[in-house]
Amino acid sequence: MTASSATTPPGPDSPEPAPPPAPRSTSREVARALVSHKLAVFGLVVLGLLVVAAVLGRTAAPYDPNAVDVLGRLQPPSLEHPFGTDDLGRDVLSRVLVAARLSLVVGAIAVGIALTVGVTLGLVAGYYGRWVDDVIMRVMDVLFAFPAILLAIAILAVLGPGVTNAMIAIGIVYTPIFARVTRASVLSVREEVYVRAARSLGVGDLRLLRLHILPNVMAPIIVQTSLSLAFAILSEAALSFLGLGIQPPDPSWGRMLFEGRGFVQQAWWMGVFPGVAIFVTVLSFNVIGDALRDALDPRQRSAIEARGASR
Amino acid sequence: MTAPSAASATAPSSSAPVLSVRDLRVSFSSRRGRAPVVTGVDLDVHAGETLAIVGESGSGKSVSMLAVLGLLPSHAVVEGSVEVDGEQVLGAGPERMRALRGREVGMVFQDPMTSLNPVLTIGRQVTEGLEERLGLSRRAARDRAAELLALVGIRDPQARLDNYPHQFSGGMRQRVMIAIGLSLDPAVLIADEPTTALDVTTQAQILDLVQDLQDRLGTAVVWVSHDLGVVAGIADRVVVMYSGEIVEQAPVDALYATPQHPYTRGLLGALPVLGERRAELATIAGLPPDPVARPSGCWFAPRCPIRAQACVTAHPPLREVGPGHLARTLCEVAP
Repeated sequence: MTASSATTPPGPDSPEPAPPPAPRSTSREVARALVSHKLAVFGLVVLGLLVVAAVLGRTAAPYDPNAVDVLGRLQPPSLEHPFGTDDLGRDVLSRVLVAARLSLVVGAIAVGIALTVGVTLGLVAGYYGRWVDDVIMRVMDVLFAFPAILLAIAILAVLGPGVTNAMIAIGIVYTPIFARVTRASVLSVREEVYVRAARSLGVGDLRLLRLHILPNVMAPIIVQTSLSLAFAILSEAALSFLGLGIQPPDPSWGRMLFEGRGFVQQAWWMGVFPGVAIFVTVLSFNVIGDALRDALDPRQRSAIEARGASR
Repeated sequence: MTAPSAASATAPSSSAPVLSVRDLRVSFSSRRGRAPVVTGVDLDVHAGETLAIVGESGSGKSVSMLAVLGLLPSHAVVEGSVEVDGEQVLGAGPERMRALRGREVGMVFQDPMTSLNPVLTIGRQVTEGLEERLGLSRRAARDRAAELLALVGIRDPQARLDNYPHQFSGGMRQRVMIAIGLSLDPAVLIADEPTTALDVTTQAQILDLVQDLQDRLGTAVVWVSHDLGVVAGIADRVVVMYSGEIVEQAPVDALYATPQHPYTRGLLGALPVLGERRAELATIAGLPPDPVARPSGCWFAPRCPIRAQACVTAHPPLREVGPGHLARTLCEVAP
């Protein structure tokens, strides 16, 4: 009689089986997480101001951004011209404000193009796999292999300079990132039991992708959108700096930076203020992106969930 | 490969089976060569009956069922015949398979925690098949969904439709999964270990629920399980699978009264008996064979307590040992 083996040694209870998947963040929870993130609040405030400037456009600007005043050229910042005037006597503050609209619109549309095309390609590549995946992702790899700005310049060389073409070029440049991010998430989500369960009900591919897979891969895509907006605005500034994006006389931060380049010694304000505008905008999109990543990451959230919602 | 003759594996029943599987073979290519995980399975499911498929992990029971619905990954090689209502569906196009799923053969999966999409409301998921497959309007689908939830015993179904899966307990989620599985009124419902992830009281409730629904709706149920104890209470016939093949098939009473295959007897011996004190639960020593390299004789021989010389050399065929009772064994077992 082996008495020793009869009883199992008393030990701690076996840990709970696998915890249920963390409940998805509701939009309210994400909003709360964003507000509790100090840097994100800064980003949201800056972004809010930018959006207000973009919406108001010329009505917010104290002067006509294109009004030339030869007598008042290269004036340092003063109460009359808080950001000074440029080499043609145009008010720098007005130009920076009006340029906000173009920069945001170009950034948003460019990222919109990249988002739509990239997410669609990523969904298809990840879901169907095999040769479809290979073809799509190798093309994306080729695009990815070029430095972003060089690729944009090359595309603009083919399409010709201009705002619309700049948006298309930037859109193409950022497509592979979205395709990759989406595909990576689809690869894991498509193996989920609920996807198989939906398939066992005879749900079609299109509906499966749209209703079951897309909502479950949104979190990384949202984060990527915010980060890409920052880079798209930076790319637009770079292209405009090179004269390939927004065309004069329309104001643009990149173009203003270019124009101020020749006057760094005499009129630092011509370059510094549009430069600060680019910097602050890109920074705010980046911190919002980071905060969103924190808010949407289920692994970091599970600890919070365990405390709050155990129903 | 010696496949048992098709005729011998059919159950004694006059009606034509709703689901008829013949010589089903599934193999996956692995790094070490082709791995046949299902090696010639014959099954018949008749209207209104409960067929239980029992076996340990890796015996091929779930894979066989996924093959019936065409839900295996594309690198799986599936051969044989699957007939639903007399129509050959194995190898039919993706549109035919899509039409089959849910409508003719429904399925309920093992883990209720992961079988529901976390970002969609219960209502969206129950109405999905009703809208997409039956073409019901949103309004009508919602009403039907509430009926289905009431049918599976969820209180206040109308309000519950707007809840998300994380607001449901495991047992309730499994009820929802059953409601979804039944939503298109399939002739056969495949339940792939639907109670494994649940505690025993919830398990008992789900078992009662399925039996009750079966009585009311006349749905045939294929109950996949590794638990002979669960199966005893609900099955009409039991199929025992081992290493990708059927080793014994019998009406439920005959299987428990006179198990023929040593593996079946091992499984029955491993069940704990209430009120009986034992130092250790009986186990079957060893592991099932590697599907890439199975022994030449009986596949259970290396683990068999009553192995004879003949068992090592010849792979035994499935032979009839009683009325409707088939066993893949060479040994004569005294009851």
